[in-house]
Amino acid sequence: MRITQGCFSFLPDLDDVQITRQVEYCLENGWAIGIEYTGDPHPRNTYWEMWGNPMFDLRDAKGVMMELDGCRTAHGGKYIRINAFCDERGVESVKMSFIVNRPAEEPTIHMQRTDFVDRAQKYAWDVRR
Amino acid sequence: MNSETPAAAGEERPQSVDLAAEYEASGVGEVLRELDEELIGLEPVKRRIREIAALLLVERARKSMGLSHETPTLHMSFTGNPGTGKTTVAMKMAGLLHRLGYVRKGHLVSVTRDDLVGQYIGHTAPKTKEVLKKAMGGVLFIDEAYYLYRPDNERDYGQEAIEILLQVMENNRDDLVVIMAGYADRMDRFFSANPGFRSRIAHHVEFPDYSDGQLMEISEQMLGEQNYRLDAGAKAALEDYIALRRAQPHFANARSIRNALDRARLRQANRLFTEAKGPLTADDLSTICEEDIRASRVFRGGLDVDRPSHEGEQR
Repeated sequence: MRITQGCFSFLPDLDDVQITRQVEYCLENGWAIGIEYTGDPHPRNTYWEMWGNPMFDLRDAKGVMMELDGCRTAHGGKYIRINAFCDERGVESVKMSFIVNRPAEEPTIHMQRTDFVDRAQKYAWDVRR
Repeated sequence: MNSETPAAAGEERPQSVDLAAEYEASGVGEVLRELDEELIGLEPVKRRIREIAALLLVERARKSMGLSHETPTLHMSFTGNPGTGKTTVAMKMAGLLHRLGYVRKGHLVSVTRDDLVGQYIGHTAPKTKEVLKKAMGGVLFIDEAYYLYRPDNERDYGQEAIEILLQVMENNRDDLVVIMAGYADRMDRFFSANPGFRSRIAHHVEFPDYSDGQLMEISEQMLGEQNYRLDAGAKAALEDYIALRRAQPHFANARSIRNALDRARLRQANRLFTEAKGPLTADDLSTICEEDIRASRVFRGGLDVDRPSHEGEQR
């Protein structure tokens, strides 16, 4: 099942040229870029593993693409996303985030419904391969 | 796209190229003129920069006409004595390469050994890569590059930084330009110990020492920028100063002169403070007199309080 998180996730996957241009856009805005990966795309899994340190003071997207290539070599079968952090006062948060790598076969997210006291229903989701 | 032949090119390809127009349009002329005006002397350097600019323009014209072209290697080494303008030229170089479209962003990242080499095992590679990532799309200026290599310590981490640098210089030729700078003799030793660098650096640019007359021009330019001027006596004193200073140890060309002028301003301020009786005019405030320069220790043959020239190239 296709995971839809972050920007562009309803579009076809971005190729490297498109990723470069998105990263250029982030750098133009002065955002710091971080690369993260995970094998667990559950929506509640907010904090993915960091690939290296976030990159501050970059001027050109090539530096990010080099790191992304490194991350793909090491974790090609996982989800990889690029986060753009804005340090503007009052924002101080990730302003843009998009998935740049997906496993060849994506896991499914399975919903489990259970009865609870007073006929209440509880829903839970888990990732199944 | 490199292998496209003229025959395969579309009809919108230009049939002829006006290099002079191209030259003006790229803004290179402006940079070169600026270089001529702002940098005194340095003829071989300017000549080499003009050659590089011409090569890049021709490459661009070839590309626009669909002729086969290969990105030229532009890594450079700047060698010369202290204070001959290596850093200043590197800064201009970044702007020039940007206007010629050779580097995408045209910023200069200036580093020394400390920024590249780590302190423990596994620290160097990320540190060097961090710097390289920042320099992508611009110019990486490695000051006193020979410190990267320490032959006396075979476990020195500098070697690791060198290997990463060499790899990036080879593989990312169109992403960044590496300029290494340092004193001539030590750079020569560095290159002979690391033959990989010598072959990957296409342009070895020598920075000659300034003549006394050029140093005089430089000092007048420096003072002009700060709205100071020398009176006739001070001019003669400064000429004597330059001749004397050159013979003394730790002479660092333009940097020595800048320091001398800074100290002359100090003395001038002190003189105005102690001697002024009435109100001062703007002219008084901006004139450096003979005594401000003659008071220097250089005239007494003593060692100047100048910083040892080998300590810091950084401006």
